[in-house]
Amino acid sequence: MSFYLRRVAFYLVTFWAAISLNFLLPRLLPGDPAAIMLGKLRRANAGRPLSEETVQAITAILGAEKGTSLWDQYLAYWGRLLQGDLGVSSTRYPAPVAELISAALPWTIVLVGTATVISFVLGIVVGAWVGWRRGTWLDHLVPVTTVFQSIPYFWLALVLVAVFSVQLGIFPIIGGYDVFEFPGGPEWSWAFLGSAVWHAILPATTIVLSSIGGWLLGMRNMMVSTMSEDFIVTAEAKGLTPRRIRTKYASRNAAIPSLAGFGIALGFVVAGSIVMEQVFSYPGIGKLMIQAVQGLDYALMQGVFLVITLTVLAANFVMDLIYGFIDPRVRHNG
Amino acid sequence: MADRQTLTESGSGGELPGAGAETAPDLPFGAPIGAEAARESAREATATAAVAAASAAAVRRGGRFRGLLPRRSGKLVTGLVIVGAITLFGLLGPLIAQPPRDSNNPALLPPGPEHWLGTTKLGYDVFSQLAYGTQGSLFIGLVAGLVALVLGVLFGVFAGYFGGIADEVLTLITNIVLVIPGLPVVMVIAAYVQNADGLGPLARSSLLVALVLGITSWAGSAVVLRAQARSLRTREYVAAARVAGERPARIIFVEILPNLVPLLAAQFIFGVILAVLGEAGLSYLGLGPTGSITLGTMLNDAQTGQAVGTGAWWWFVPPGAIIAALGAGLSLINFAIDEVVNPKLRLAPENAKRQRKATKAGKGVADTGAFA
Repeated sequence: MSFYLRRVAFYLVTFWAAISLNFLLPRLLPGDPAAIMLGKLRRANAGRPLSEETVQAITAILGAEKGTSLWDQYLAYWGRLLQGDLGVSSTRYPAPVAELISAALPWTIVLVGTATVISFVLGIVVGAWVGWRRGTWLDHLVPVTTVFQSIPYFWLALVLVAVFSVQLGIFPIIGGYDVFEFPGGPEWSWAFLGSAVWHAILPATTIVLSSIGGWLLGMRNMMVSTMSEDFIVTAEAKGLTPRRIRTKYASRNAAIPSLAGFGIALGFVVAGSIVMEQVFSYPGIGKLMIQAVQGLDYALMQGVFLVITLTVLAANFVMDLIYGFIDPRVRHNG
Repeated sequence: MADRQTLTESGSGGELPGAGAETAPDLPFGAPIGAEAARESAREATATAAVAAASAAAVRRGGRFRGLLPRRSGKLVTGLVIVGAITLFGLLGPLIAQPPRDSNNPALLPPGPEHWLGTTKLGYDVFSQLAYGTQGSLFIGLVAGLVALVLGVLFGVFAGYFGGIADEVLTLITNIVLVIPGLPVVMVIAAYVQNADGLGPLARSSLLVALVLGITSWAGSAVVLRAQARSLRTREYVAAARVAGERPARIIFVEILPNLVPLLAAQFIFGVILAVLGEAGLSYLGLGPTGSITLGTMLNDAQTGQAVGTGAWWWFVPPGAIIAALGAGLSLINFAIDEVVNPKLRLAPENAKRQRKATKAGKGVADTGAFA
């Protein structure tokens, strides 16, 4: 049980660290983001003075004028967060940041989640096979995967768009769904779902192609290492079928480090996807982040950063729990 | 990421009882590998005598320092050639190309004899931009890789060596940095810094971008280095140095770090790849260095210049191709290093191959089993 307690404690500390980082960055780095943000909001409000409520929200998030102690600011910041108040966006004034994020988050979670699971499963299965057939021509496949691993996500996306959308005209160029067919925004219908899936194919392909190399390579290398363990020889000597050795003995053990590294790899996928969403103008959290950064919409940027971090933390946490369940050694020695 | 995992694995493998226990103090890194290989070949001997003889010969051929150096395999040579060619291009290309911001050329020319890689919308020569961009990206990659390596050593090796409270604290920080996604942090920092007045000429320079990328990407190396340092700490020659009264700093830099050289090299290379990729993404979003040209800023120009929509492939394909080639070349070098750190990766496929050959020649024992 202490394994789970330790993990929960770790994620609580990390959660606290992420929020504190979010609090400290605009205050410690040079510049005055709160003043810039308030100026932008005033302009977005057509020059009329902002409500007291808005000003308070922005100063709580980005930094108050001189005079208030850092500790008081920190308490005010936590107070705002616990109420779910992330301020008001200036690029999409007067939409609250929390509302913009909750509209964008499902797009990214579904896209990145599905693509990552496909890539992970494919990589593990193919990697296990390549590792099993070690010493054959399949070994030459391994260096090739490094090329895919080193391709920037967004560049692969650009190439896919250039070939499949601009040249061949098969897939749509931008967007998460057909905005002309559904001018009212997302709705619950089969037609909309079809449109969304159709628009997601190229982005998902980008993620799968760019991330599969890492899984494949890691699994192959672990498979090669596992195959030279003594228990495999024993299994072989017992006369077990090769198929049984491959699936029940070698693959299961070789997959454990890949599972352990899943959460960390997820960070890379999320980072790659943020930039990729810009290429496709995908209506997800990455696009929102980029919009915020380019428009110096600091409140929106802070909010999106917080949500991305918390989502990745949550995914890591779930993965840790599953890992502890799969590999009892971590529970007892970890 | 995933190949890092195998490195970790091989690192913790060193902690297994017996592995490298009889190491000669003056041959720290070569010896455990030799021991591994010997164990390997001993096990093989029970399978096929011919194979055992062959791999024992292979071990004997390894010289005193052979274990420390990557073997001259096809992977290593290919990797070195690719990386060398790109580095030369980045160093010498700017000398022969026209100024990268010379707009006296026709706009959007496809590749031809006059402009090898065509021109951009503003009439810049793409070849020239590519040469300068490669130089800029390499600079950022090297600086960020170095910063990440130094921090990785600081957090990883120190934590692994000292243990106790220091280890707990350093490892906690490392793990926190590890799970907080890097690129969003870099984006946030870049967005704040680019509008700050207090930084002078440093603001939005290549150097600042490199520092930010380095500061946010060291955690992975720290984890790997900590595992290895922890296992080295228990070796006898380190204990001997401690008994002899050497200061901890000296033990770390003289006794431990030299044995981590292959790992350090691998982590540095990984850091360079990460930084080059990170810079490309950051610049593509318009958050990169403003004064200098990098492969990322080229892609950003191509994006704002509608290169994809107008079919100007010669504008956006070369920078990405260079990044991919550089990354692939560096990864290949890392593979070669990986095979030194984890000899199973090298020996097992070779043995399997040999066994398969023996089976074909009618000398083998099994023709359908896991080793066939």
